[in-house]
Amino acid sequence: MWAYAGRRLLLAIPTLLGASIIVFAMVHLAPGDPIAAVMPAESSQAEIEATKRAYGFDKPLAVQYLVWLGRVAQGDLGKSIATRRAVILDVRDALANSLVLALSSSLLAFALGLALGLLAAFRQGRALDKLASAIAVVGVSVPHYWAGIILIIIFSVQLNWLPAMGAADDPGVLPYLRHITLPTVALALIPLGVITRVVRSAALDILNQEFVLALRAKGLAARRVFAHVVKNAAPQILTVLGLQFGFQLGGSVLVEAVFSWPGTGYLLNLAIFQRDIPVLQGVILVLATFFVLLNLAVDLLQTVVDPRIARH
Amino acid sequence: MAITTARPDELAARVTAPMSYWRTVAWRLARDPATLVAGAVLVLIVLSAVLAPWLAPYDPNAGSIRLRLAPVGAPAHLLGTDEQGRDMLSRLLWGGRMTLVAALTPVVIGFVLGTGLGVLAGYVGGLTNTLVMRTMDIFYAFPAVLLAIAISGALGPGLPNTLISLSIVFVPRVVRVAESATVQVKSLEYIAAARASGAGVRAIVRHHLLANVLGPILVFASTQVSLSIILAAGLSFLGLGVTPPAAEWGLMLNTLRQSIYVNAVVPALPGLAIFVTSMAFNLLSDGLRDAMEIRA
Repeated sequence: MWAYAGRRLLLAIPTLLGASIIVFAMVHLAPGDPIAAVMPAESSQAEIEATKRAYGFDKPLAVQYLVWLGRVAQGDLGKSIATRRAVILDVRDALANSLVLALSSSLLAFALGLALGLLAAFRQGRALDKLASAIAVVGVSVPHYWAGIILIIIFSVQLNWLPAMGAADDPGVLPYLRHITLPTVALALIPLGVITRVVRSAALDILNQEFVLALRAKGLAARRVFAHVVKNAAPQILTVLGLQFGFQLGGSVLVEAVFSWPGTGYLLNLAIFQRDIPVLQGVILVLATFFVLLNLAVDLLQTVVDPRIARH
Repeated sequence: MAITTARPDELAARVTAPMSYWRTVAWRLARDPATLVAGAVLVLIVLSAVLAPWLAPYDPNAGSIRLRLAPVGAPAHLLGTDEQGRDMLSRLLWGGRMTLVAALTPVVIGFVLGTGLGVLAGYVGGLTNTLVMRTMDIFYAFPAVLLAIAISGALGPGLPNTLISLSIVFVPRVVRVAESATVQVKSLEYIAAARASGAGVRAIVRHHLLANVLGPILVFASTQVSLSIILAAGLSFLGLGVTPPAAEWGLMLNTLRQSIYVNAVVPALPGLAIFVTSMAFNLLSDGLRDAMEIRA
C-alpha cells in the first residue's frame, strides 16, 4: 500500500507542474503586451524596456517560467495590477470564504444525495426511485447560476426572507447563516444530482450480486443487509464525494458571482473585469493545486477503504 | 391452464430472424417515453434556432425606451420585453442560435480531435500513449468550469475565444474515453485475426476499430453537450462569452439580472431556456446510452 501511495504521490507532481505551465501561459495568452497593462500610456520606449527588464520579460520563456515557479513555490504570487496588494493575501481571504461555502454545500449535497441514492436503489422501480431519478436529472441539468437567481427572486425579492447579496457585515452566527443559505442551496444542486446518480447505481450493482441474495436467503435482517451493501459500495461513493467537493471549490465561480459571495470565484470575476492577470493566475493556481491534492487524498483514502485497489 | 405450443414454422421464423443491433436500439427507444419527449423537445429547440430569422416577430436588437420590461403576455410582445425594451421572444429565438453554436461546436471539435488523439494513443501505445495521456492529465488538474474560465479569462471575451476555451475542456475528456475504448477493442481476437490475415494498420483502424469505438465515444460526447451548454451560457453570463448587443441566453440572463426587482418573470426566461435545453440533451443521451447498452 505504501508503494502505491508513493507512486500516486509522484504522479501528482507532473500534473501540478503541467497545471503551473498552463497558468504561467495565461499571461502570454492574454491579448496585448503583458507590460502594457502596468505602464502608463505616455511612457517612453526606454521606460518600457526598463520595466520589462524589472519584470524579467526580456528573458527567454523557459527562464521566465522557472523564475516565476521559484517565486510561487515561496508563496509569492505577485502583485495585483488593480490594487497593488500581494495576490497571496487576497487569495487567502477569498479561499477561506470559498472553503466555508464549499463545505456547507457539500454537506447538504452529500447528506441528501446519499439518502436519495440509497433509498432509490433499495426501492428500485417504485415511485421514490422515479422521484430520485428526476431530482438527479434536474440537478445535473440546471444552470446553477440561474437557479441562484431564481432563489433570489423567490426568497429575497418576493418573500423577503433571506438576503440576496454578499456575506454578513455584522458579526454573529445568525446573520452569517442567513447570508450563506441561498448560495449553499444553489451550489449544492449539481453535486446533489451527480451523487444521487452514482450512489444509486453503485448500490444497485452491489444489490444485484449473488452474495446479497445469500445474505437475504439466510434470513439476515434488512438493516444488516443494508450495512453490507453500503460497505461494498463505499469506495465508489467516496470517490464521487471527494471529486464533487473539489468541483465545488473550483466551480463556485458562477454562484459566487450571482450572490457576490466574497470567495475565490468573486475575486476571479473581479480580476476578469479588471483584466488583472496576476490575480487571475494566483486564484487559478491555488484552486488547481487544491484540486490535485484533493484527488490525491481521495485516491489514497480509497486504498485504505478497499486495499484491493493498491494491488492492481 | 392452457398449454400453448408454437408451430414449428413459427419457431423457425423466430430463431432465424434475430433483430439487428440498430433495430433493437430503435425498438428500445420507441418504448422509452422520456427519451422520445426529450428528442421531440430538442427538435423543436433546434428548429426554432435555425428558423429564428423567419420566426422572430421583431428585430432582436431593436429596443424601445417606452416599452421596457413589459410583462409576459403584453400586447404585441408574447414573452414581454427586456431592460432595453427589446422583444423577448425574438431575442430568445436568436439567443438559442448563438447558445447552440457556442455549445455544440466545442463538443464536435472535442469529438473529432479527441477521437483522433485517443485512437492514436490507444492503438500505437508505448511512448506515444504516455505522451498524449500525461498531457491530457494536466487538464484534469482543473475542474471544467475553472479551466474554461481560466482560458477565457486570459483570452478575453468573444465567441471565438469561448469556442477555443470550451474545446480545450472537451478534447481531453474525449481522449480518455477514446483511448480506453481503443485499448479494449485492440486486444480483441478479431483484430489479431485481421492483422494475421495481412490487413494494414489503416485498414484495421478504419474498418475494424473505428466501427467499434465510435459508438461509445459518440454517446460520451452526447453526455457532454448539456455541460457545454451550461458552460457556454455561463461564460457569457460572466461577460466572457458572446459580446453585447448580440442575443445569447447566458448574456441575456446577465443583463436582465438587475431587473428582478421590477419584473420577476421575464429575467428568468433565458435561464429556463438553458435549463430545458440542457435537460433535454441529458435525457436524450441517457436514453441513447441505455438503448445502445453502453455503460458509461
